[in-house]
Amino acid sequence: MQTSTLIMIVLALTVGAYVLGRQRSVHLAQPLGGIKRLHSLPNYYGLMAAVWTGIPALVVLTIWSAFESSVITGTVLASLPASYADLSEARVGLVLSQIQNIGLGTIDGSELPDLAQAGELLASLNASSQFGKIALTIVIAILGGGYAWLRTSPALRARPQFELVLKGFFLLCSTIAIFTTIGIILSVLFESIRFFQSVPVFDFVFGTKWSPQIAIRADQVGSSGAFGAIPLFVGTLLIAAIALLVAVPLGLMSAVYLSEYANSRVRSVVKPLLEVLAGIPTVVYGFFAALTMAPLVRDFFQGIGMDGVSAESALAAGLVMGIMIIPFVSSLSDDVINAVPNSLRDGSYGLGATKSETIRQVVFPAALPGIMGGVLLAASRAIGETMIVVMAAGLAANLTVNPLQAVTTVTVQIATLLVGDQEFDSPKTLAAFALGLMLFITTLLLNIVAMSIVKRFREQYD
Amino acid sequence: MTDQPLNAIERMATVKQERMNARLKQRYNRERRFKAYGIASISAGLAFLAVLLVTIFSAGIPAFQSTFIQLDVTYDPDALYIDDASDPEQLRFADFDNAVRQSLLARFPDVTGRNETRALMSLISTASGYTIRDRLTENPDLLGQSETLWLMADDDLDLVLNGTIDRTLPESERRVSDLELTWIDDWDASGELDRRFNTTFFTRGDSRDPETAGVWGAVVGSFYTLVVTLALSFPIGVAAAIYLEEFAPKNRLTEIIEVNINNLAAVPSIVFGLLGLAVFINFFGLPRSAPVVGGLVLTLMTLPTIIISARASIRAVPPSIRDAAMGLGASKMQVTLHHVLPLALPGMLTGTIIGMAQALGETAPLLMIGMVAFIVDIPQGFTDAATVLPVQVYIWSDSPERAFIAKTSAAIMVLLGFLALMNLLAVLLRRKFERRW
Repeated sequence: MQTSTLIMIVLALTVGAYVLGRQRSVHLAQPLGGIKRLHSLPNYYGLMAAVWTGIPALVVLTIWSAFESSVITGTVLASLPASYADLSEARVGLVLSQIQNIGLGTIDGSELPDLAQAGELLASLNASSQFGKIALTIVIAILGGGYAWLRTSPALRARPQFELVLKGFFLLCSTIAIFTTIGIILSVLFESIRFFQSVPVFDFVFGTKWSPQIAIRADQVGSSGAFGAIPLFVGTLLIAAIALLVAVPLGLMSAVYLSEYANSRVRSVVKPLLEVLAGIPTVVYGFFAALTMAPLVRDFFQGIGMDGVSAESALAAGLVMGIMIIPFVSSLSDDVINAVPNSLRDGSYGLGATKSETIRQVVFPAALPGIMGGVLLAASRAIGETMIVVMAAGLAANLTVNPLQAVTTVTVQIATLLVGDQEFDSPKTLAAFALGLMLFITTLLLNIVAMSIVKRFREQYD
Repeated sequence: MTDQPLNAIERMATVKQERMNARLKQRYNRERRFKAYGIASISAGLAFLAVLLVTIFSAGIPAFQSTFIQLDVTYDPDALYIDDASDPEQLRFADFDNAVRQSLLARFPDVTGRNETRALMSLISTASGYTIRDRLTENPDLLGQSETLWLMADDDLDLVLNGTIDRTLPESERRVSDLELTWIDDWDASGELDRRFNTTFFTRGDSRDPETAGVWGAVVGSFYTLVVTLALSFPIGVAAAIYLEEFAPKNRLTEIIEVNINNLAAVPSIVFGLLGLAVFINFFGLPRSAPVVGGLVLTLMTLPTIIISARASIRAVPPSIRDAAMGLGASKMQVTLHHVLPLALPGMLTGTIIGMAQALGETAPLLMIGMVAFIVDIPQGFTDAATVLPVQVYIWSDSPERAFIAKTSAAIMVLLGFLALMNLLAVLLRRKFERRW
C-alpha cells in the first residue's frame, strides 16, 4: 500500500470522526434540553474528534516514513559480516543496491551468500516495516478517535481547545521562516566544511586563480583544480557596480520626478509601467543581454576603435542588470522621499528656494539614510542575480576590472558547477556550496545593515 | 551735489538687480535642467522596456508560422521494406525516411548522387518519417498506394522564406546552398509551399529540431510546479500572517520570526536552489527534475512575499470591526476567522497571485534541482521529470541552431502572456474588492 493511500485512509477516518463527534455531542445534549446545554457548538466537538483522530496518526506516519529507510539500511548493513565493515561511501551504495536487487529477485544471489542473506533480511524488514506502519497508523487513528468519543461530554470546553490547536498550527506555519533559514545555513555550511577540508579556507578566499576542473588522469592538461575565489568576487563586484551606476541615478531621478513633479495622472500611468520592468523574468533580461545588448556594446566600442572587446563583456550584463533594478531603487526611494515631512519642504519654499533647490538641499539630505538603505538592498539584489550573468557574462575567470572583458561571477559558477552530473565527494561540486555560503553571508549582512538603516530612518520621522 | 551719491547708489542697485536677475535666471535654468533629468531617466527606463519588448516580439513572431511542403508520397512496400501494414512489428522496422526520400526524388528527377540527395532530404523535417508512419498505422490499406500529403519543412527553409537567411550573401557564408535555393523557389513557384499557423509549437514538448520543438511540455511543467507552490504557500502564508498580526505576543520568538521573514525576502533565489538540492534531493531523496521539488523550493521562496502582503491586508482591516465582533461575544479566533479574514482575503489573494507570478518567472533555483533537462514527453504528474517555461527559454537560448532564436523569443512571449494575465487578474481583484474604511 502506498503512503498516499494510507494518508487518504487517515483523512477518511478523520472526516468520519468529525461526523461521529458532532452527532454524539448533539445526542448527549438532547436529554438535557438541546444543544444550548453544550459548552460549545456541536461543530467544535466534531472538530476536536477529528483533531484527535487525524493529527497523532499523521505525526506517527511522518516520523515512521522519515526514519524508515535509514533504520532499515542501518540494520541490514550491521548484519553483514565483518569483511564489509569498512567500505567507502560509494561502495556502500553499490553493495546496498546489490542487496536490494537480490531481495527483489532481479539478481541471482547464489554466488554471494552474505549478500543473499542480507537481501532476505532487507525484504523481510521492508515487509514488516510496511505492515507496522499501516497497522500503527490506523490503530493510533482509531485510538485517538475513541479517546475523543469518550471525552465528549456537554461540559467539554471544545471550542477553546480547538482554538488552541488552531493557534498552535498558525504558530507552526510562521516558524517555517526560521526553519528555512536554518535549512539554508545547514545545507551550505555542511558541504562547505567538507570543501574546506580539501581546500584551505585561506586559499579559497584569497587565491587569485579559479579553475575548478579536477584532473581525472594525472597527466591531463589544463586541469589544475585551483579554487581561488578572488576573480569571482571581483567579477561579481564589477558587474554589480556597473548595474548600480545605471540603476541608482536613473531610479533616484525617476522617483524624484514622480513624487515631486508629476501630477497624479502621470504618476498613475508611469509608475505601473516602470514596475513592469521589475515583473519581467530575469531569464528574459538574460536573453536580451546576450542576444542584443552584448553585440551592441561590442560593435560600439569596436566602432570607436577599441580592440579586445569581449563578446561577453561585463558591461553588457551590468547595463541590463542595472535596468532591471531601476524599479527596485525607484520604489524604495519613492517611499523614503514621501516619508520626509512636508514641513521641511514648506520651510525651504518659504525662504525662497526653488523646487530643485529644496529637493537637493533639504529633501535629499533628510532622505539620505533611507536612500542608502535602498541602494544597499539593490546591491544585494545585483550580487545575487543569476540568470542575466549566466546567459550574458562569461565563464572565464579573468581577474580584471576592465568592463569590456569577460568576467565571471559567484552565481554563474554556482550554476555551472551544479548543473549536470554531480558527485558529492568532489571538491568541484562542494565548491559551489562554499560559494553559496559566501553569497548568503554577503547578502545577509547587506540586508541587515540596509534594513536597520531604513528602519531607523522611518522612526526618525514617525 | 546730492545727485552724485544717489546716482552711485542707483547704479549699484541696478548692477545688483542685474546680478540678481542673472542669478535668478541661472537658478531657474537649473530648475528646468533638474526636471529634465527626471523626465530623461523615466524615458530611459520606458524606452528600454519598449526596445526589449519590440526586439523580443519581432524576433518571436516568425516562430508562430511553420512551412509545409506538398509531396506525393507513395507507400511503396519495396521502399518501406514491409509487406503488411497492419503488423506493428513490421511498422516498427519500416524505413519511412526512405519513402520520403523516394517521393522527393520523384519530385526532382534530375537529382542524383548521395550529396545532392542528402541536401534535398535536409529541406524536409526529420519528423516527416513519423508523420507518414502515423498515417499508415491508422490506414493500413494505403500500402502500395500513393497520396498527396503536406509535410513539415526543415527550419532552414523557414528561415529562407521569412528572410532570416540572406539570399544575397555569397554561397559559402550561407547555411543554404544555391542548389537548395533553386528547389525551394521551384516549390514556391508551383504553390507547393504553404505557411500555416504553427500548432506544433503549442502542442509538443522539447525537441532537438527547431521545427518540431514546442512549449506545451514546459507549460504543463510550470502548471504542476505552480499548483504545488500555491497549495502549500497560500495556506501556510495566510496562517503565518494571521498568527503574526493577531496572536503573536511581543517576545523574542516573534522578533526572530519577523527578522527571518524580512531576510528571506531578500536572499538570492539561487541560494534557495542550493537548499532544495541539499535538503529535498540529497537528504529526503525526492526525485530530481520533478515539479514537486520545484514547487517546494518555490514555496519557500515565495512565502516571505505572501506573508508580507497578507500581513499588510490584515492590518488594513480597521480595529472597529474587531471591536464590534468582540463586543458581541466572539472569541479572538472567531473574530479573526469570521470577520477579519474574509475582509482581508481579497488583498491576500492579490499578494498571492503576484507571488505566483514571481514563482512562474523564476529560473535559477530550478536549475539547481535539475529541472534543466531535455524532456520530450509532456509530464503526466507531480513526480515526472519536467521543465518549466523560463528554464525552457534558457535551454533554447543556449541552442546553436539559428531557428531557436525565434523559438526562444516566442517562448518568452508565451511566458510574458501568462505573467500579464496573472497581473491583470491581481489588478482586477484589487479594483473589485478594494475598500477604503
